[in-house]
Amino acid sequence: MLSYLIVLGGALMVANLFLSLVWSPPDVNLTEGVRIFYFHAPVAWVSFLAFFIVFVASILYLTRKEQRWDLLANASAEIGVLFATLMLISGSLFARIAWNVWWTWDPRLTTALILWFIYVGYLMLRAYAPQGAQGARYAAVLGIIGFVDVPIVYFSVRLRTLHPRPIGTGGAEADTFNLASPEMVITLVLSVLTFTLLFAALLWLRYRMKEVEEATERIRRDYA
Amino acid sequence: MTPAIEIKGLQKSYGPRPALRGVDLSLAFGQALAIFGPNGSGKTTLIKVLATLAQADGGTARIAGLDLQQSETALRRRIGVVTHQTYLYDDLTSYENLRFYGRLFSVPHLEARISEVAALLGLEERMHQRVRTLSHGLQKRLSIARAVLHGPQVLLLDEPEAGLDPQAQEVLARLLAEHLHGGGAALITTHNVEQGLALGSHVAILAQGRVVYRQERPAVTEAEFDETYARLTGASRQARDEAAQ
Amino acid sequence: MRALLSILWKDLLLEIRTKETVTPVLVFALLVVVIFDFALEPRRDLIVTVAPGVLWASITFAGVLGLSRTFTLEQERGGLQGLMLAPIGREVIYLGKFLSSFIFMLAVEAAILPVFSAIFNLPFFLPQVWVQAILATLGYAAVGTVFAAMSLNTRARDIMLPVLFFPIVVPVLMAAVEGTSAALRGESWSGALRWIQLTAAFDIIFTVLGAMTFGLVLKE
Repeated sequence: MLSYLIVLGGALMVANLFLSLVWSPPDVNLTEGVRIFYFHAPVAWVSFLAFFIVFVASILYLTRKEQRWDLLANASAEIGVLFATLMLISGSLFARIAWNVWWTWDPRLTTALILWFIYVGYLMLRAYAPQGAQGARYAAVLGIIGFVDVPIVYFSVRLRTLHPRPIGTGGAEADTFNLASPEMVITLVLSVLTFTLLFAALLWLRYRMKEVEEATERIRRDYA
Repeated sequence: MTPAIEIKGLQKSYGPRPALRGVDLSLAFGQALAIFGPNGSGKTTLIKVLATLAQADGGTARIAGLDLQQSETALRRRIGVVTHQTYLYDDLTSYENLRFYGRLFSVPHLEARISEVAALLGLEERMHQRVRTLSHGLQKRLSIARAVLHGPQVLLLDEPEAGLDPQAQEVLARLLAEHLHGGGAALITTHNVEQGLALGSHVAILAQGRVVYRQERPAVTEAEFDETYARLTGASRQARDEAAQ
Repeated sequence: MRALLSILWKDLLLEIRTKETVTPVLVFALLVVVIFDFALEPRRDLIVTVAPGVLWASITFAGVLGLSRTFTLEQERGGLQGLMLAPIGREVIYLGKFLSSFIFMLAVEAAILPVFSAIFNLPFFLPQVWVQAILATLGYAAVGTVFAAMSLNTRARDIMLPVLFFPIVVPVLMAAVEGTSAALRGESWSGALRWIQLTAAFDIIFTVLGAMTFGLVLKE
């Protein structure tokens, strides 16, 4: 099953690269720079998806107390942080091209950065909390609190940018381009699909790995 | 009749380190079980799980018929816990500490009960001193007073003799005898063989997270017990006594 | 309710006797304010604009320190486990610790605000600022109580508490700064209202979440 997923994902990834780098047309304003978007958007989507899975798995772990939900949350958080990092880097490149700055405190960027901090904190907590069920419960509680916080962060930054700001810090307009041609839409859809598949494969692998780690640990423990 | 303590297959691990690997125990009211075991055998973890301070990974436990998972809050009323930590506030007086815990447990006629318990443990003179100024022995006595304040049916004592002066040990033994006589039960973990054998109506040995031995106290002599202990835990009495230091 | 008040009373009594939380945290907060003042000295003209930010940054740093203090003191003799032995709901313990942290932080703020007004020569004694401060402090205590309890059993706890705490309270900090700025610009209640609403919503959500999850955090 996993191997099919990898083969399918690999094929899609090649197609996706062709579509986003060659086939799709340049944008009116951004010219070739628009192509970063076909990487940035799916990566951002995947990181949100990953953190949503952390949230759901955390709730399931706390209500059902089954270890597999904890392993799933942990695996998803690790991949989520990886993709969130890629999101920040690609977003920064995109911002440079679109708005001529590497960084701006617009609601989406700010939220993305806070999101990144929350889940880096999550991984740190995983590393430093007591081993076993107590640490897993700590992580699950943070997985819930963190995810609930994200929309509140977004909303509060939005609220702030609607407000007249002091001179010199005007927020950039977010949407400086729109997906004008059908080719662009198709490319975007395919890239989102491809990266979601990539995420599914990675998550599966990571989850299986953690299961195996746990199993070896159990065996080692029983013979100790 | 409902047993005081009924434990089946209790498990608890801290990450990869298992502390309890399936503990089975039962204890009737009127009995005191002294549990011996080397360091790391799971004694403290057992007390913590029964005291609702730690979450078991598997198995069931009932105290006075109340399930550890389902009736936690009601169960806490029935138990009195003494551990290595005193759970006292250094900058409150003895009286204030007891009043605080008494209120948390909604103890009726609290003032009278505090005086009663203070007299029981010989703390009358110290009631208005801050805990910080008390000796370790007195702090330990106060923590026993704290544990019995709400009149628990089951006492969970984790190495209660640690830090108690000989006089206080006598007080503890008398208190325990009265508790059992009044139909209560007690689970006592200990390093100290003489104390444990003196206090327990039953004795048990915990090794590597399992109960490996259980016997009625009168059925075993001290020498026999020493021999059994050494055989089951691989630790000589000398090693055990050193660990107790 | 009786249990809740007992916990609160116990914390207040301990604090009155030892003065180990409010006083050091207050001194720390004042130092942060003074540091900011030194750092911004060359641009006096900007101070009106940045003063609310300086104020709330100081309070946030002080808050995280105060939160960890209230729990460290509790833990010296295993006090938190002592509370866990009591036949009361875990949410009662949560609310007790939450309220005492709230009162300590508010005491620090009450002492800082006049000093701040004097140093920066700004009229901070506005009802909007106070409402905003109370709501923001509630939010800090709601989130901080859970994280402080967590970091007690965590390695590198001094760093873990701020690392967990700061990102989550960003909306509260932002609302407090904006609300205070609006008040300073002489805007009426309507300017601060949406920030007050936002903070209130945050407080409710995280108090409920905190009360629900606190028991899970406490147990070993």
